[in-house]
Amino acid sequence: MARTVWDSSVGKKTVMAVSGLIMLLYLVAHMIGNLKIYFGAEEFNRYAHWLRTVGEPFMHYEWTLWLIRVVLVVAVVAHAVSAYQLSRRDIKARPDKYVHKKPRASYATRTMRWGGVILGLFIVWHILDLTTGTVHPGGFQEGRPYQNVLDTFSTWYGNVIYIVAMLALGLHIRHGFWSAAQTLGAGSRTRDRALKTVANILALLLTAGFIAVPVGVMTGVVS
Amino acid sequence: MKLTLRVWRQKNADADGAMSTYEVDGISSDMSFLEMLDTLNEELILKGEDPVAFDHDCREGICGACSLVINGEAHGPERTTTCQLHMRSFKDGDTIDIEPWRASAFPVIKDLVVDRSALDRIIQAGGYITAPTGAAPEAHATPVPKPDADFAFEHAECIGCGACVAACPNGAAMLFTSAKVNHLNVLPQGAPERETRVLDMVAQMDDEGFGGCTLTGECATACPKGIPLVSITSMNKEWLRAARKAAKR
Ligand code: HEM
Ligand code: SF4
Ligand code: FES
Repeated sequence: MARTVWDSSVGKKTVMAVSGLIMLLYLVAHMIGNLKIYFGAEEFNRYAHWLRTVGEPFMHYEWTLWLIRVVLVVAVVAHAVSAYQLSRRDIKARPDKYVHKKPRASYATRTMRWGGVILGLFIVWHILDLTTGTVHPGGFQEGRPYQNVLDTFSTWYGNVIYIVAMLALGLHIRHGFWSAAQTLGAGSRTRDRALKTVANILALLLTAGFIAVPVGVMTGVVS
Repeated sequence: MKLTLRVWRQKNADADGAMSTYEVDGISSDMSFLEMLDTLNEELILKGEDPVAFDHDCREGICGACSLVINGEAHGPERTTTCQLHMRSFKDGDTIDIEPWRASAFPVIKDLVVDRSALDRIIQAGGYITAPTGAAPEAHATPVPKPDADFAFEHAECIGCGACVAACPNGAAMLFTSAKVNHLNVLPQGAPERETRVLDMVAQMDDEGFGGCTLTGECATACPKGIPLVSITSMNKEWLRAARKAAKR
């Protein structure tokens, strides 16, 4: 089955859909968690600590977190590799452009590839910034995420990178969620409007929810 | 009407092509697009020039032979085949760009004629049933629920013209393949090969060098027979079902 799926353009698209939905699920949880920044340093840092103790005593300290990280890394890699391979195939299948150009599909549809690349770069920067602290502005403090978030969003470039990436995320999900439903065979004529509405709501909610954090820091509501 | 035509001219598969400009006069708005090209070709022949090669056969919108990307749109501005497109869709003095279907799986043979046999090979991979042939069987012998019959018929309307491939930014043949798969897979006559059909036809589609679906919907907009985008969703569902079943065997 794995061979059949990976060797087929339809199968590889399924890999994209499933990995995309896994990441989407994670992002909903991540966004809700981030909003705790509005309730002060104590609550936010306690939440971050709890993430490391989930599942205890069955799980050891940080085991659950690492499990989630492994699943996410697999999802990101599978998604990006399939996207790269499918895109190469698509470009090769249509080498000659028409002389007479006509207006193309919607913005969200056209930006899936570049939007995806932006998201990939963002994920790397984001981890180096707030997880490992490698490129963090100011002294990165392990276990003090509230202060770290404040530091990042006190720089202009931190805000710009973050907000651009979240707008790209919104567009990606807008086309991606509906696409995944079609890829997995869950779409239908009667369900089409509902799926598009859910895609728009998810895109809007995630973009607004994530951007609320830098906006909070910039306006001084979070300090 | 007087028109300026910019037509893709290419001597043969290996030659480089380019757009050439021609003026045609005395075009009636009742002429079909192909009759307009016939007029141009008569003039070219009288002048001793090579006429423009283009595909056509029935000129009734049923065979799928005609093609042409007209002003950037497969089969032109109306939702019909090029042979059923009439010159009333254009205005006196218009400049019209005429290009061949573009896809690496559809190499240009000459001018506006492309080789679409890749679609035939997708059909050969599974677009048939293995029921015994002979005299037509009694129609009521195999009952088919009305919704299934309608679904099959809607997809059976595909004439294999390839406009979906030409319109797709990825040169994908997903709409064509899904029309053929869905047509047979929903019927009892197609049931014995339900799984192999979709797996083999999709595999052949990949082998021919068609692209994949990014759900831009350009194919369904271009399709002269109104095959809907959701056909691709139905085929994806059939494919996943078949892949799961094949894994269990
Ligand atoms: C590593 C960074 C990423 C890259 C390079 C990338 C790239 C792509 C590309 C090229 C497509 C296909 C577009 C199309 O077929 O029209 C796609 C689809 C999709 N992406 Fe991403 N993406 C990335 C990150 C994400 C993230 C973080 C999510 C989580 C929400 C996501 C969710 C989706 C979904 C649900 C689809 C639809 C799959 C389908 O069409 O069946 N992607 N992505
Ligand atoms: S699906 Fe439509 S556009 Fe594609 S080959 Fe069939 S009739 Fe032509
Ligand atoms: S010539 Fe037969 S469909 Fe146009």
